[in-house]
Amino acid sequence: MSEAKEGRPVGIVLVSHSAQVAASVAELAQKLAGGGTDVPVAPAGGTEGGELGTSAELIAAAAASVDRGAGVAVLTDLGSAVLTVKALLAEGDELPENTRLVDAPFVEGAVAAVVTAATGADLAAVEAAAADAYSYRKV
Amino acid sequence: MLDADFFRRWMTATAASVDREAENLTALDSPIGDADHGSNLQRGFTAVTAALEKEQPQTPGAVLILAGRQLISTVGGASGPLYGTLLRRTGKALGDAAEVGAEQLAQALRTGVDAVMALGGAAPGDATMLDALVPAVEALGDGFAAAATAAREGAVATTPMQARKGRASYLGERSIGHQDPGATSSALLVEALVEASDE
Repeated sequence: MSEAKEGRPVGIVLVSHSAQVAASVAELAQKLAGGGTDVPVAPAGGTEGGELGTSAELIAAAAASVDRGAGVAVLTDLGSAVLTVKALLAEGDELPENTRLVDAPFVEGAVAAVVTAATGADLAAVEAAAADAYSYRKV
Repeated sequence: MLDADFFRRWMTATAASVDREAENLTALDSPIGDADHGSNLQRGFTAVTAALEKEQPQTPGAVLILAGRQLISTVGGASGPLYGTLLRRTGKALGDAAEVGAEQLAQALRTGVDAVMALGGAAPGDATMLDALVPAVEALGDGFAAAATAAREGAVATTPMQARKGRASYLGERSIGHQDPGATSSALLVEALVEASDE
């Protein structure tokens, strides 16, 4: 696992259709990572009006808020969350440089991403850890 | 030749049509989706109309890029990034020409439709907006009216299809027998080309 440049942590953005889901998963992941870590995690849940849905503005703001120069890993739940992040990435200048949509299960992936980022790992390692959460079978 | 005014009329005609049909779109979205397609698109195209009035883009490409940006920002559901990408990529393909020909628009729309396919990972036959857009783009060489007819027929043809993308895909075979709301709203977009050219 390579060290992130200058010890800066990778930022994590959690995009859900629900503000409560995004915020709760962020809290869960941070607590399971041992709390008190300096990994910046930002939820981007629901629409700006507080409804269920996806907001491009909230996602862009969350990504900007967690960017420390080491890259930003974005995890999403369903449909429009995935498509909106992809569309923002395609715009080129809406998200911080070195932002990646990570293909991972939302809750398990978020925990893996935050725990891994807390070790000082770089974006590729965070992405790999989150994606690897798909291989963890429950039965 | 088609100028920025034509493209503004296209967007405002789409907005008016989405307004008129919002309840119908949401009714189509109720049994297979989350019953918000009409209201989501209405919010998006209301923002498009307001932005076009405020910023007054001067080229066809700029009109569509601004409209697409508004849809991505304001819709809140999957139709935002999908329609946003369609219009933005079409607008980018038109470049900064002050006027474009029908053939140029057809080619640019094909680029936009390809981008939607890449973004959503869907193909014709999956019961999505592509089932209206792909035949419309193919018919565009024969004029806007032909494209509108092809889009409308394409939307109706989604009824016996099983949805393979989006919320409806979770229903499996139970999605069969419902006209796709996205294909239906795509038909409105293409039909608005006819309205825009009538003026």
